[in-house]
Amino acid sequence: MISVQASDLIRILPEAILAGFAILVMVFEPFLPAGRRSLLGWFSLFGVIAAGAATVRTSFSPGLAFGGSVAADRFSLYFICLFLLVAALTLLGSFNYLERDNIHHGEFYALILMATVGMCFMAASTELMMIFLGLEISSLATYILAGFKRHDALANEASLKYFLLGSFATAFFLYGIAFFYGLTGTTNLMALRERLGGSGGPSPWSTFAWVALILMFVGIAFKVSTVPFHIWTPDVYQGAPAPVTAFLSTGPKAAAFAIMLRLFLGAFSSAGSIAFWLIWVSAVLTMCLGNLAALWQTNIKRLLAYSAIAHAGYVLVGIAAGPKEGTVPVLFYLAIYALMNVGAFILVAHLSGTGERWTLIEDFAGLGYERPGVAACLTVLMLSLGGFPTTAGFFGKFFLFRAAVHANLIGLTIIAVLMSVVSVYYYFRLVVVMYMREGRPEASSSPLPWTVRVALAVSVVGIFYLGLYPGDFLFLTSLAGVPLP
Amino acid sequence: MIAWFATHTLTLVTFLPLAGAVAIAFLRRDAEARIRWLALIVSLAVFLLALKIFLGFSADQPGMQFVEHHPWISTPPISYHVGIDGLSLLLILLTAFLTPLAVLASWTSITRHVKEFFLFLLALETGMIGVFISLNLFLFFIFWEAMLIPMYFLIGVWGHERRVYAAIKFILYTMVGSALMLVGILYLYNLTGTFDLEIISRQLASGVQILSGSAQTWLFLAFFLAFAIKVPMFPFHTWLPDAHVEAPTAGSVILAGVLLKMGTYGMLRFCLPLFPEASRAFAPFICIFAIIGILYGSLVAMVQPDMKKLVAYSSVAHLGFVVLGIFTFTVSGIEGAIYQMCNHGVSTGALFILVGMLYDRRHTRLIRDFGGLATTLPVYSAFFMIVALSSLGLPMLNGFVGEFLIIVGAFHVRPVYAVLAAVGVVLAAVYLLWMYQRVFFGEVTDEKNRNLPDLSGREKLILVAIVLVILGMGVYPQPFLRRLDSGVAQVIHRIERGEPSFAQLKAAQPREGTR
Repeated sequence: MISVQASDLIRILPEAILAGFAILVMVFEPFLPAGRRSLLGWFSLFGVIAAGAATVRTSFSPGLAFGGSVAADRFSLYFICLFLLVAALTLLGSFNYLERDNIHHGEFYALILMATVGMCFMAASTELMMIFLGLEISSLATYILAGFKRHDALANEASLKYFLLGSFATAFFLYGIAFFYGLTGTTNLMALRERLGGSGGPSPWSTFAWVALILMFVGIAFKVSTVPFHIWTPDVYQGAPAPVTAFLSTGPKAAAFAIMLRLFLGAFSSAGSIAFWLIWVSAVLTMCLGNLAALWQTNIKRLLAYSAIAHAGYVLVGIAAGPKEGTVPVLFYLAIYALMNVGAFILVAHLSGTGERWTLIEDFAGLGYERPGVAACLTVLMLSLGGFPTTAGFFGKFFLFRAAVHANLIGLTIIAVLMSVVSVYYYFRLVVVMYMREGRPEASSSPLPWTVRVALAVSVVGIFYLGLYPGDFLFLTSLAGVPLP
Repeated sequence: MIAWFATHTLTLVTFLPLAGAVAIAFLRRDAEARIRWLALIVSLAVFLLALKIFLGFSADQPGMQFVEHHPWISTPPISYHVGIDGLSLLLILLTAFLTPLAVLASWTSITRHVKEFFLFLLALETGMIGVFISLNLFLFFIFWEAMLIPMYFLIGVWGHERRVYAAIKFILYTMVGSALMLVGILYLYNLTGTFDLEIISRQLASGVQILSGSAQTWLFLAFFLAFAIKVPMFPFHTWLPDAHVEAPTAGSVILAGVLLKMGTYGMLRFCLPLFPEASRAFAPFICIFAIIGILYGSLVAMVQPDMKKLVAYSSVAHLGFVVLGIFTFTVSGIEGAIYQMCNHGVSTGALFILVGMLYDRRHTRLIRDFGGLATTLPVYSAFFMIVALSSLGLPMLNGFVGEFLIIVGAFHVRPVYAVLAAVGVVLAAVYLLWMYQRVFFGEVTDEKNRNLPDLSGREKLILVAIVLVILGMGVYPQPFLRRLDSGVAQVIHRIERGEPSFAQLKAAQPREGTR
């Protein structure tokens, strides 16, 4: 029996606050008239900010909580801040969207908060069962969010597909946990690292351990959508409401990468070559398939979905570089990637018009001259996703590839840079359509609501700031770059 | 304030165009006249600054001048380190000279999205100058890549029929090369722990860091491929005719005048000094490809029905000369190559401007649509003649100096190179004069050509400026060449010193230490 102390509670304060707000949102929802629902949104945003303040408090008393099952270390605090940022931007981007598409229900906000709680636990847990719980909390919330447009066939398909495949994948993950427990008698990551590190005696990496490792990898690979576990991604990203896609493509993905870092660069760091090749091969497959498939897309949401797959591949390049080189660039990249993708999807959410009628790339023809500001933002986001200098995307990739070269993965780096050249083609297709095709854009001509402007400003300013002065932020990430305490 | 300007001249000349672009962004879309004038004034100011740098540049002082060094990112250590030697000096001057001309050449021919056009043109100038002043590999790469974006827009938005295809082709070709160069840069960083070009070359030259033979080969290839695509060398040239033909006049001028030079600049700045052994090992192949480029470019230019395409292919030939000159590793060859880079920028830029003027009048560039223009457009024809003669290397005009020096350099290495290159000179005369004959001499074959207006004052201004430079560079090349001496000597020293290869470098190392 673990006795709970005050310090334990402080170390999960951000999560507790978020969960509390989520419950309150659900309690208040029936009492609010339908027209005032955006109040719940502001209330949730306040909750996110409160949780952000709580992380500051938590950072003053770092350490393990609840008998070593949750860690409030810099690593987890970094991720929690990232998730809170994603949640805040998503909330800002969804107020008007929900109103417009007539799906303004209070649960939306509660689900976003709950998903964030789950993500925070995924990143903060140092104990396999807790990781699994976090995974489930966030997954269940996102399954519902994906199908939030109840009357839309695509959304239903997305939700169901995500749910079925997702449950399957988490089962794999759970199997892996069970195997490891059977082999080592522990689910604690630090203890696992010690026992698998095997000082003296026969190597603990028996065939069973390999099978368990691969099972867990499959479970995480599904969440970060690496090839061949990406099949759900384009359909779900397309079917889900665009602000939800913004959330899905960044938050849960980053959380799953946090798990991957904790496991593969932490607990399983003694696994050696099989884990390395597993990551190497899936990095290559993910980058190639993601980028090449994106070339043929005509729908902007699907295009961004394949681009999101490709970006997972770049992150895997960083993970393949190993704990010493790879961790910091991966952390850095995940933050930048979140900024870019949230911005892009939120913008698409608002340009696509009521019911997301206009999501074809062709619908943006002539946008560059009809709405120069919006088009310029979208161009910046595309340039950053493509990794052009002076945008954050360039530094993100640069640091990842530097780590890979440092770890002597020249071949992998060459594949990665060539694939990122391929990606320029499809990112520029949007730019071509916006600036080089004449015509009145089909995309919505209503002005952007100020909440969306704020979210967009955060992402674009962030992209330029990190693209010109990445130094300070890099220093911050370098503090957080320890996958396991 | 004045003192700050005096110590930050290079920064000023680099970012002034960008400041102009930002200022244009704030102007009203329909204030087109104001936008044009602002662009012209800013680009002229940049030219004056570049002249000031040219005059202030001391020819006798070895090493980099106008150096600025500010820390930018602490880990990994990346600094804003800029400086120029004679090579960069001439290219900056060329860039600053061509940009106002490009602005003037687009004065009336750009009618759509005027604001964006001049904004991108000025932003492009910042990128180009930035490439030539960077002494940090990372900074260089940033400018090198960032410059692609405005060029992409210039071709893609204001180009001709197949502009989107040409723009994408241009950007993808360039990026494949530069992506591999990025890996090379990272590898060098990994080895030396710095992106600073001067420190890296010092480490490599003094033997503190020794690249193994295969590492040097691969690095050389990674850098060289990026530059060869940019030049473009045969067989990587296929993007060039498309990009040139589809680009608007200003785009072609900048593309031919400056962007292609980035490739040859890169070879001189990075490939030769950093990887001398590999450069020497590959030199015979590169020379052969350069000569193939000269002959192939000339022959293909000869049969082009489209004047702009003809000029585009002539660029392939001219840049072949430049590459040949560089890889002779002789003073005259390299100085000739650098001089030829500037000549080609001026002459070919002028040819594109001239073709563009004709296109503005007739909306065609096909040679067979013209004939007898000498009678209807006498002034235009005269200017065209001078520029064509300069491009084909007539003595007393600028083209002659460069080609002559290159051929002398090639003769020292292997006389057959010189003979083949000289054949290229003859072919240049054939394709240019034959085109001139068909377009300007004879009877007026098409009635539409009879009442074309001759040059306007603005057009005369552009061409007079160009012709003055052509004459000046042809008659009195000394001020330019003198400023190149120390930089070229350094490159050659590095190349020759590498001659007995690693063993001697190792032996030299302790002596360096005791000094």
